[in-house]
Amino acid sequence: MGILRNLHSLMKARVTIMPQSAVLDPAGVATAHALEHLGFRGVESVRIGKSIELEITGATLEELHKACRDLLTNPVMEEYRLELLS
Amino acid sequence: MRAAVLQFPGSNGDTDALIALRSLPGVSADLLWHEETSVKGFDLIVLPGGFSYGDYLRCGAIARFSPIMQAVKESAAEGIFILGICNGFQILCEAKLLPGTLIANRNLLFCCQKQIVRVETDDSPFIKNITPQSLLHLPIAHGEGCYVADEATLAQLNLNHQVLLRYADATGKASKEANPNGSLENIAGICNLERNIFGLMPHPERACEELLGSCDGRGIFESILTMLQDQQ
Amino acid sequence: MITPALVAQHGLSPAEYEKILSILGREPNLEELGVFSVMWSEHCSYKNSRLELRKFPTSGEKVLIKAGEENAGVIDIGDGWAVAFKIESHNHPSAVEPFQGAATGVGGIIRDIFTMGARPVFLLNSLRFGPIDGGSQRARDNRHLFSGVVAGIGHYGNSIGVPTIGGEVYFDPSYNGNPLVNAFCLGILRHEQIARGAAQGIGNPIFYVGAETGRDGLAGAAFASRELTEESKADRPAVQVGDPFREKLLLEACLELLATGCVAGIQDMGAAGLTCSTCETASRGGTGVEIDLNLVPKRSADLTSYELLLSESQERMLVIVNKGEETTLQRIFEKWELPYALIGYVTDDGKMRVKRGDRVIVDIPARVLADEAPLYQPEAALFKQPLPLDLKTLREADPITVLHQLLAYPSIASKQWVWRQYDHTVQTGTVVPPGSDAAVFYVREAKKFLAATSDCNALYCSLDPYEGAKIAIAEAARNLACSGARPIGATDNLNFGNPHKPEIFMELRAAIEGISEGCRAFNIPVTGGNVSLYNESQLSAIDPTPTVALVGLIEKQEEITTQYFKEPGDIIFLLGEFGSELGGSHYLLVSHGRKEGLPPRVDFANEKAIHEGLLSLIQGGFVQSAHDCSEGGLAVALAEACFGNSNKTDTRLLGAYIDLGRRDIRSDVALFNESQSRIIFSTPAHKASEVEKKLQSSGLPFSRLGVVTQQEELIIELDQKIYNWQTKILYHSWSTAIPQMMNRLN
Repeated sequence: MGILRNLHSLMKARVTIMPQSAVLDPAGVATAHALEHLGFRGVESVRIGKSIELEITGATLEELHKACRDLLTNPVMEEYRLELLS
Repeated sequence: MRAAVLQFPGSNGDTDALIALRSLPGVSADLLWHEETSVKGFDLIVLPGGFSYGDYLRCGAIARFSPIMQAVKESAAEGIFILGICNGFQILCEAKLLPGTLIANRNLLFCCQKQIVRVETDDSPFIKNITPQSLLHLPIAHGEGCYVADEATLAQLNLNHQVLLRYADATGKASKEANPNGSLENIAGICNLERNIFGLMPHPERACEELLGSCDGRGIFESILTMLQDQQ
Repeated sequence: MITPALVAQHGLSPAEYEKILSILGREPNLEELGVFSVMWSEHCSYKNSRLELRKFPTSGEKVLIKAGEENAGVIDIGDGWAVAFKIESHNHPSAVEPFQGAATGVGGIIRDIFTMGARPVFLLNSLRFGPIDGGSQRARDNRHLFSGVVAGIGHYGNSIGVPTIGGEVYFDPSYNGNPLVNAFCLGILRHEQIARGAAQGIGNPIFYVGAETGRDGLAGAAFASRELTEESKADRPAVQVGDPFREKLLLEACLELLATGCVAGIQDMGAAGLTCSTCETASRGGTGVEIDLNLVPKRSADLTSYELLLSESQERMLVIVNKGEETTLQRIFEKWELPYALIGYVTDDGKMRVKRGDRVIVDIPARVLADEAPLYQPEAALFKQPLPLDLKTLREADPITVLHQLLAYPSIASKQWVWRQYDHTVQTGTVVPPGSDAAVFYVREAKKFLAATSDCNALYCSLDPYEGAKIAIAEAARNLACSGARPIGATDNLNFGNPHKPEIFMELRAAIEGISEGCRAFNIPVTGGNVSLYNESQLSAIDPTPTVALVGLIEKQEEITTQYFKEPGDIIFLLGEFGSELGGSHYLLVSHGRKEGLPPRVDFANEKAIHEGLLSLIQGGFVQSAHDCSEGGLAVALAEACFGNSNKTDTRLLGAYIDLGRRDIRSDVALFNESQSRIIFSTPAHKASEVEKKLQSSGLPFSRLGVVTQQEELIIELDQKIYNWQTKILYHSWSTAIPQMMNRLN
């Protein structure tokens, strides 16, 4: 399916971008402590990323992955997951 | 006047506010740690500028849950004066003590510059010493200073003269060019309906000495002082 | 287990490995190899530059802590107050990840300052990138680096609440792929607050405080440690991420801790984190240190000992506490909600001993690691003096066009796009914000006015590193004089290519000698600094860039001076010779595309006399504005003085009417020469004749140039020709150059 390009079909995708596991996530750390202050006792980990929702026609899955690697994420520090929603 | 400057982890405008307050005659000012649970005995609470909790998650989102903020909320209802500067304004909005919210500057860049703001009304203890339509030169330094609120809230703010300061140019016009961060209607500072809480993005505490380029911030502190003296 | 390949992978030569064998009397294990590798790396030991660095003058009657003794030098500023300051680089990390590279660079230099017991008070930075104009991939990369670095510096400095009040930014193809990010910090302290990074007191507890340790910044060799021990998926070494919020807490907690008097020694964990801080404190204390890695706070449970030892996780400090006072530290770090752990003790055996539970995994004499790295003297090529510029080969370009070109050239153009992203007003002390020759800060507690500037014209250095380095000092001191200050100390950041290339080692040596001569001339010590080598790619090395930062004191508030013309009617003077040197000038580069010639000469006796002449006029209340002539020469300096403070809220510009008289020289030589020791200053009209009398009796060279005008026009008369520019148009070229390039859609 990835090779075929249907110029007319609308692709809906969600890209979830998170910091790589070995990279420090200061916002996540601060939020974890804040949750503890709110009363949660068992906060093991909090990691904060972003979610990008795309609606795009005339693109292949391979091209979307390339956009994720080249533009949407900082490959030095982030990793991503691409889900097709339609 | 007894003033308290709240100190959250990450606040960095606390000593600036302290110095500005202490430069006024008859004012005693102290730092109040975020874990304290009472603000009794103070006439003015100042939430200073800075990056409480690193501005992580959202600016002011974590600070609003500090123990001291519970006390501030209760005293706010009793009419204590509260001044939120920059990050302090953000915390007050997150705590729902002021309507609306502050989001990222529209150009996505941090902006530090001298700014002109126009005083919109004198119907507020925080600016009653200053003639309406006066222009104040106050520094701004923020990355998330764009004030937004829904239409109904904006209408309310305007109807009740709750907008105290607007960004303006040298001629006094609240133009698009004079707006450094995209705030709706050039809003730079607002107060609550009861008029005892004032939040503003510019830094009046950084404009209290000619040495630093502007004394226009003093007027705000002096207004509060006058109000409190009148009350006595 | 230790193979020659592994030794090489760790950057150690066979001879160095032999030395290790003889020191230990046995083979090192992998962790020990890692420890030697990092402590004897160029980055930590300065092994290729240390012998040259000894040429710096580092003593002086005001020096309280000398260069090399501790993390930063400390200079007395009177009344029991002192300043600690230093500049450091984070070049290579910024090339990989500009935002975090720059952010962690700022974090690192701030820690170096508060580890001395000083409260950080302001920052400067010196940045260099490849050209940012145009649509090429290279220009796009450079724009990405530039915006990332500026954003990263702003992110860290603004969050922690230390104002960034000055610096410089240059663009040149030699920095393609090798951006330079040099960050400077100055802190204030009382003499008695000076803290030392020594492990004092046998038996004293050693605490680790600050953020947990992760895999940040681990070198490729760390991979080897994982592959040897586990079959697991090898995580990539992690880019160092800065957390300015954590550092703000750490800063407050450490200053609070130091104030209690319970601290025997304190050291920040920077390069090579835990390893460096333990062996250095032991070496300084003449003692030993024993720690247990099991006790170190960790971000993930599976970190190997190797990784723990070499991690460069940020925002961590090592604190040696007086025995019995541990609860003081606990109380403070709990208040500030920072991780802390008792990880070891000071011993009396001079060893850096690291355990993992009961197992000893590192046992090396501390001094050997911290102070006894082998030192080298690479071969230096002979300096080949460039040919002087032959004016006959240079077409006299039209000055009208040239001035626009120069002002629009990114290295000269307004940097407001940059410094608007830095909070320069926090801490209510910035008297002269970015934009003028030097920044001026009022340290309220000490009632002192400090001025600071960072300078290096690498174009000069590329043609003649010795002369260029001398000029870096001269220009920095001149910038201080223009703000009303006298210099009290210097810090240096030496940015060069591969020192094993004789040409480059020659440049490094020459630069050190030039800076040394300059500092001796001004009677100021070098308080410390940083060496960054190997700044090169397959294409080429960077231009030799010995950046210096000078700090000065201004006696009285009334003497604070800025570069902007003030009132129409003020008379404009040139203090110094008229000059004629075009070699290495920006005019030559920008309008003719030529990087050649002899850079201008500087005569320090002359330069000092000019500064004293200006300061004496400033002290007498005669000076409205003072601006030094540097890149672009007289014309650029005059234009900049007309522009005023771009952070002002009114848009009024001033003009100037300048009559240079009959000089019988080419217009380009007159207007754009970069001869040294020249300052343009303005004085109120009614004081002008007194100024002239004073200058005449001083014997200093000077010319009366003209007058500041209300009309927004810069008019220069020379040899009966009149050149004029609308200052609004010049201002437009100057102020929009960088924003236009950075606002491109691609």
